[in-house]
Amino acid sequence: MQFTRLLSALVLMLGILVHAVGSNAQTVDDGTLGLLIQALAGENFDDTTRAVSDLVKSGDPRASSILNALSAGDLYVAKAGKTVFIGKRDGSDYAAIDPITGSKLAPVPRSAAEKIKVNNRLRRDIAAAIGGLTLMSDKADERRSAAEAILKTRDPESIPLLDKAIAAEKDASIKLLMNQAKAAAVLNSGATGEVKIAAIAEVSAGNSRDALGLLTPLAGVEGPVGEAARAAIDSINSKLALWNGIQNIVYGLSLGSVLLLAAIGLAITFGVMGVINMAHGEMVMIGAYTTFVVQQIIRTSAPGLFDYSLLIALPAAFLASGAIGVVIERSVIRFLYGRPLETLLATWGISLVLQQAIRSWFGASNVQVGNPSWMAGSFDLGLLTLTWSRLWIIVFALAVFAILQLLLKKTMLGLRMRAVTQNRRMASSMGIRTPWVDALTFGLGSGIAGIAGVALSQIDNVSPNLGQGYIIDSFMVVVFGGVGNLWGTLVGAMSLGIANKFLEPFAGAVLGKILVLVLIILFIQKRPRGLFALKGRAIEA
Amino acid sequence: MCNLTARFIGTLAAAAIGASLALSPATAAEETIKVGILHSLSGTMAISETTLKDTMLFLIDEQNKKGGVLGKKLEAVVVDPASDWPLFAEKARQLVEQDKVAAVFGCWTSSSRKSVLPVFEELNSLLFYPVQYEGEESSRNVFYTGAAPNQQAIPAVDYLAKEEGVERWVLAGTDYVYPQTTNKILKAYLNAKGVKDEDIMINYTPFGHSDWQTIVSDIKKFGSAGKKTAVVSTINGDANVPFYKELANQGIKAEDIPVVAFSVGEEELAGLDTKPLVGHLAAWNYFQSVDADVNAEFIKEWHAYTKNDKRVTNDPMEATYIGFNMWVKAVEAAGSTDSDAVIDTIVGVSVPNLSGGSSTMMPNHHITKPVLIGEVQDDGQFDIVYQTPGLVVGDEWSDYLPGSKDLISDWRKPMSCGNFNVVSGKCGGVTN
Repeated sequence: MQFTRLLSALVLMLGILVHAVGSNAQTVDDGTLGLLIQALAGENFDDTTRAVSDLVKSGDPRASSILNALSAGDLYVAKAGKTVFIGKRDGSDYAAIDPITGSKLAPVPRSAAEKIKVNNRLRRDIAAAIGGLTLMSDKADERRSAAEAILKTRDPESIPLLDKAIAAEKDASIKLLMNQAKAAAVLNSGATGEVKIAAIAEVSAGNSRDALGLLTPLAGVEGPVGEAARAAIDSINSKLALWNGIQNIVYGLSLGSVLLLAAIGLAITFGVMGVINMAHGEMVMIGAYTTFVVQQIIRTSAPGLFDYSLLIALPAAFLASGAIGVVIERSVIRFLYGRPLETLLATWGISLVLQQAIRSWFGASNVQVGNPSWMAGSFDLGLLTLTWSRLWIIVFALAVFAILQLLLKKTMLGLRMRAVTQNRRMASSMGIRTPWVDALTFGLGSGIAGIAGVALSQIDNVSPNLGQGYIIDSFMVVVFGGVGNLWGTLVGAMSLGIANKFLEPFAGAVLGKILVLVLIILFIQKRPRGLFALKGRAIEA
Repeated sequence: MCNLTARFIGTLAAAAIGASLALSPATAAEETIKVGILHSLSGTMAISETTLKDTMLFLIDEQNKKGGVLGKKLEAVVVDPASDWPLFAEKARQLVEQDKVAAVFGCWTSSSRKSVLPVFEELNSLLFYPVQYEGEESSRNVFYTGAAPNQQAIPAVDYLAKEEGVERWVLAGTDYVYPQTTNKILKAYLNAKGVKDEDIMINYTPFGHSDWQTIVSDIKKFGSAGKKTAVVSTINGDANVPFYKELANQGIKAEDIPVVAFSVGEEELAGLDTKPLVGHLAAWNYFQSVDADVNAEFIKEWHAYTKNDKRVTNDPMEATYIGFNMWVKAVEAAGSTDSDAVIDTIVGVSVPNLSGGSSTMMPNHHITKPVLIGEVQDDGQFDIVYQTPGLVVGDEWSDYLPGSKDLISDWRKPMSCGNFNVVSGKCGGVTN
């Protein structure tokens, strides 16, 4: 803590200095700088920390790029001669660059060099130091991250520097950030009265979570400052409580859409055909592994297409899982229609076979499925943090639902499927080849499970056990929503998701899950056919 | 009737003699010492345990190249308990009674260890257990070569408090015995160090939990109270990947809220893109990145054995390596594979570990090891940022739990007791 303060003071002096002498001035000669850099390779973190502060104190403009390299873990020290260089791994060597002149050096074998270690604390300190150095930078990105770094360290010593930067700043959003950083620093300083109250107002207008962190320590203070802080905390808390409710609903929808994806294929095989398919989860898993294989091929043959890998994986996964589904139906399930217990045991056996097959083929460990850039990261909606991957999955689940609904209602295949479901013998006498429709329906359900696997590979780990985690939830959704009705599956999945998320904060994740299960059992007692029951003579009891 | 039975028995006896005659030349030609390997090769735990089976086969292979043990070759007997705890006990009994193995190396979860414990005690056989666990146990027939809580959890917490200035703690774990006991110990430890209850948040999730949105956002909320916050994670197995993905996606960086994990090693990171995780921590007694000649040699041989230079090494592998070498050394010192003889000679046996020092079997059947703290790097390896100055002795009965702080374990004669109460002076646990 103390070090941070010292460092920032130095940074401040340096910043002014650099500003005064212009940005290209070298304040020390190469020899002195070399010694300063060599000191970075200290025995322990405290040594390195001291060396960082000495380097910053030197005021040399080359310091910031050297510190950046240190923070990124690219600074190495040769075991012989203790010379420090910026290295990049290149086969069994390091491609070395001289930190002082920036010129290329002879490559150093990996065994002959050691990395200069950095830990979180050091990285934080370096970020603050670089923040001080780059607050007046020409590049907007650098100024923004500089302001963010100071917002994190909240160092009172940086206030004058911030004042200067705020006065010069043109970009409104960066200016806002700098004002926030300044207010945070003021709150952390010895300032009193009006100044602090103004800072409280400034801080509470910004990011509420950060503000809460800044204001909580002030809540115990006597006098007007404490009052202002307490009032600000109260208003933030009530705002947070409201957003908490919204967050539960959004997270619930997100969980619901995952459940929907996992269950919608089952809604066809179990809901429409009445087959208890315990291998359904494995169809999801095969879809996820297909994504992995597709990404592997793209990585080796066409890396530029990586962002489209999921779009390519979708049809591939549909075909892979669908084909396996058709094979299972033709080879096992068609002999077992009307014998639910045997079907259950046979498909359970198939699920074990598929799991072990994948395990022998790809190994027992997780495989790495990458996120395309448009699936990574998050964005803030009010006080809510939404991740892109979750948002896309909601959209994707609804799209799959809509396409499936269209397929069942508007196409010839869908018509035949519904006909066979409602009255097999009548459909058969009308000339529909029911075994053929059975196979296609099962293939469709399995294929949908496969594309669910593509989506789930983005948020869950891809291992042979992937499917097991979803099979129980899927059956729960289908039974709860009502067998034989896709709308029931949609409503069932979403309500289970939301119920889960509202229970989780109170009951914890474990008890929340149990409660949901108990609620479903009670519900099934009351309405054995689920939310949306099919009615009609043709539906066998 | 009587005649028939007699004749039947006669035939059987003849057949048995014939069989043994037929078999005996083969056994005489090459007498082997059998070693049991009890790791799940299917089911949920296969992801972690398969590697340890490979490690054992590798170690046995290496030992046989050096001429085996006591002049005999070692022979591995591999069984698959399929991540099913009762099946572990069944398979353990099969290994000891039918296959007559000299020692068993195996188990991962505490549940499986608790399941086989009575079998090994009843049949007086040996189990080497290579995984970090919650402590609160010491058996005459089990050798714990993984870390006890004081060899992993407590140094990690100390590091965070000292180096990162952490004042607020989230203890997040999977809902079973290891995380619960470890968190109980950590909470008592933190309380003893003056951390108030309101600065500790404990959270449990089911096995294989995959929807972390709410919990990660809760952690974020807990972390915005103006004090430096860290997460101590005992989340197990598959649930880690979605947890870290959610952390990265919600933008929690290691510089803001670091996560220190006790169950995440090189193997677990294999399924992850580690770039957003750089700086998160793990505490173990070994990392693949340890800079020691013996480690480089081990990794080279391991890659050659598996014919795959991407295979990582991890802490439970090192614990297996130490346990196996201790057994070999004890057997050679005792001149026999007899359980009692090995139990008597193994205490005090010291073998090199992979971090450049050596580990010793202590009288409590736990071993001495250094504690390392590593930060995740973008290549899926750990960068060691801290190492305890000396070796830490595994403490089976935690000093921070009221039920066990008076207990010690010493399996040397004449004490030979796993739960000696130093207050009452009696063997047999806590007396009120």
